[in-house]
Amino acid sequence: MKGTLLRRRGVALLAGAVWIFFAAGPGGSDPVNAQAAAFTIQQIADGDYAHFGQVAMTTIDNAGDIANIGIVVGRDAVAIIDTGGSVAEGQALRAAIRTVTDKPVRYVINTHEHPDHIFGNAAFASPGVTFVGHRNLPASIRAHGPFYLHSFRDALGADAIARVRLIPPTLLVDTTMTLDLGERTLLLTAWHPAAHTDCDLTVLDEQTHMLFSGDLVFLDHIPVIDGSLKGWLDVLPSLAALPAQRVLPGHGRRVAPWPAAVDDERRYLLAVQADARGFIAAGTPLAQAVPRIAQSERGRWQLFDDYNPRNATAAFSELEWE
Amino acid sequence: MRTIQGDPPSNGSRPAGRRMFLGALAGALAVSPRLRAETPSAQDPWPALAPQIFPGQVLRDGSALLTIEAPYRAEDAAVVPIALRTTFPALDPRRARKITLVIDANPSPVAAVFTIEPESGIDHIATRVRVDDYTNVHAVAELTDGNLYAVTRYVKASGGCSAPALKQTADSIPLGTLRFREFQATEPGADPDRREAQVMVRHPNYSGMQMDQISRLYIPADFVEVLRIWQGDQLLLTVEGGISISENPAFRFSFKPNEAKTFRVEGGDSEGKRFSGSFPAQSAA
Ligand SMILES: [Zn+2]
Repeated sequence: MKGTLLRRRGVALLAGAVWIFFAAGPGGSDPVNAQAAAFTIQQIADGDYAHFGQVAMTTIDNAGDIANIGIVVGRDAVAIIDTGGSVAEGQALRAAIRTVTDKPVRYVINTHEHPDHIFGNAAFASPGVTFVGHRNLPASIRAHGPFYLHSFRDALGADAIARVRLIPPTLLVDTTMTLDLGERTLLLTAWHPAAHTDCDLTVLDEQTHMLFSGDLVFLDHIPVIDGSLKGWLDVLPSLAALPAQRVLPGHGRRVAPWPAAVDDERRYLLAVQADARGFIAAGTPLAQAVPRIAQSERGRWQLFDDYNPRNATAAFSELEWE
Repeated sequence: MRTIQGDPPSNGSRPAGRRMFLGALAGALAVSPRLRAETPSAQDPWPALAPQIFPGQVLRDGSALLTIEAPYRAEDAAVVPIALRTTFPALDPRRARKITLVIDANPSPVAAVFTIEPESGIDHIATRVRVDDYTNVHAVAELTDGNLYAVTRYVKASGGCSAPALKQTADSIPLGTLRFREFQATEPGADPDRREAQVMVRHPNYSGMQMDQISRLYIPADFVEVLRIWQGDQLLLTVEGGISISENPAFRFSFKPNEAKTFRVEGGDSEGKRFSGSFPAQSAA
């Protein structure tokens, strides 16, 4: 194990945003060469804070800081929703929380299994902290965690990967569950069937009506299908019926009104489904169909070329068994 | 560990009882992904691999007769489309009798062996494979005159063999379910006397590379080992598959229609499960 990558270069409160500097990159153990990235959290509602990850692929330079993170401060305790894509980011998050409250972090809620949401978990592992997730999350972390550690080694760097600990939740949500932080209740919903993944969980702050959707909602960042296209479309109506007013999406650097925030994502998923079904019915082979699926959505999403071919491949493989 | 027996040697130069390792972690071909360099040029496994798969055989340059179609950069390492195509000059009476697909850097490099019946008219076979690293893919065709011809293509992908299986959706289809479809030849300039068909098998095709993090044990490999496809009483194609074939294996191929009214598919997996199905021929008169 290397020494901590975290270096607090400075903490400043700027226009409601908290800035923490955390080292990201191979020079992290060298204070002169460390590439410091600013880690910020900002208030999005009374007692609710957000960190907006970059709309990007994981790189050594961004240390996996590509997903949004939520923080809810109650009278007695704090809950965080996801922990970022590296232990360094998790530690920067912990430091940032300390600038807005001295209440203890009691719950770490993971919205699903993806590395950019759980690789920071180790920064919060301590006796008073309970990890919370979908009832399928422990099995997903068991089955896919080693694959992520291997496949993200190049993107994140061997040093950062060596510090990651796969920490499955111990408090599991079957369907719904309420957590009380003191005058602040969180409604957790475990979604079925598989959608973005097979372990998607959302968190609704019942006092502010802020929804922390995890990756069931993408804004601006192209949606990524790693569960089931049809399942995701099945889940959307119930998701949209949640009594929220605004949402912090899993990806996309803004808070948006609810439920209009799912409109873009639904349109994209329907386009993928319609195009894939059309090519399957016409007998077009997968290799020829994939580059032509959902091209009407090009230009409407960031990272389109990074994920659309994978989504198209997944959708074609799923729908050809309809 | 499972192996399947290769064909008996067709000439004296090959040792009898040679085995082609299609299963997981089999013997000398179980190249550890951890020990490999990132590019095939840095440490090309092929010079050591070729004599193990084709002992005593001369591999000629097949670029005039055989092509591999594959994306240079695979979008999804667990589902990489690969197509093999043979073309012979009008005066060349030879045909491909067998094509071996090798993914050099995969833990079990022999992905599939396709045995093509002489009268089948098959000149095109497409499937989807897992690619575990940046790798060369080789196709080696054994022609009806016994000579072997090889071609290669570089594919950039990683993590295909340990990539998690796709999640089962609510409408889970039973393992071993077969789907069969016929297509009009879709490509411009395609031979009007040929049609295309696709066989799909519902099967997780577990690679044996997926580790259970708590038990530290690998999920045992369980994969579609063999498929035979008949047009009426005429055997067209035999596929011997390994763990490098993607989940829900799919094979699409060209063929020459005969008068048969049905197609028949029989197969089995490495756990001894058998499956079969009969399907009406669209091209039947
Ligand atoms: Zn995700």
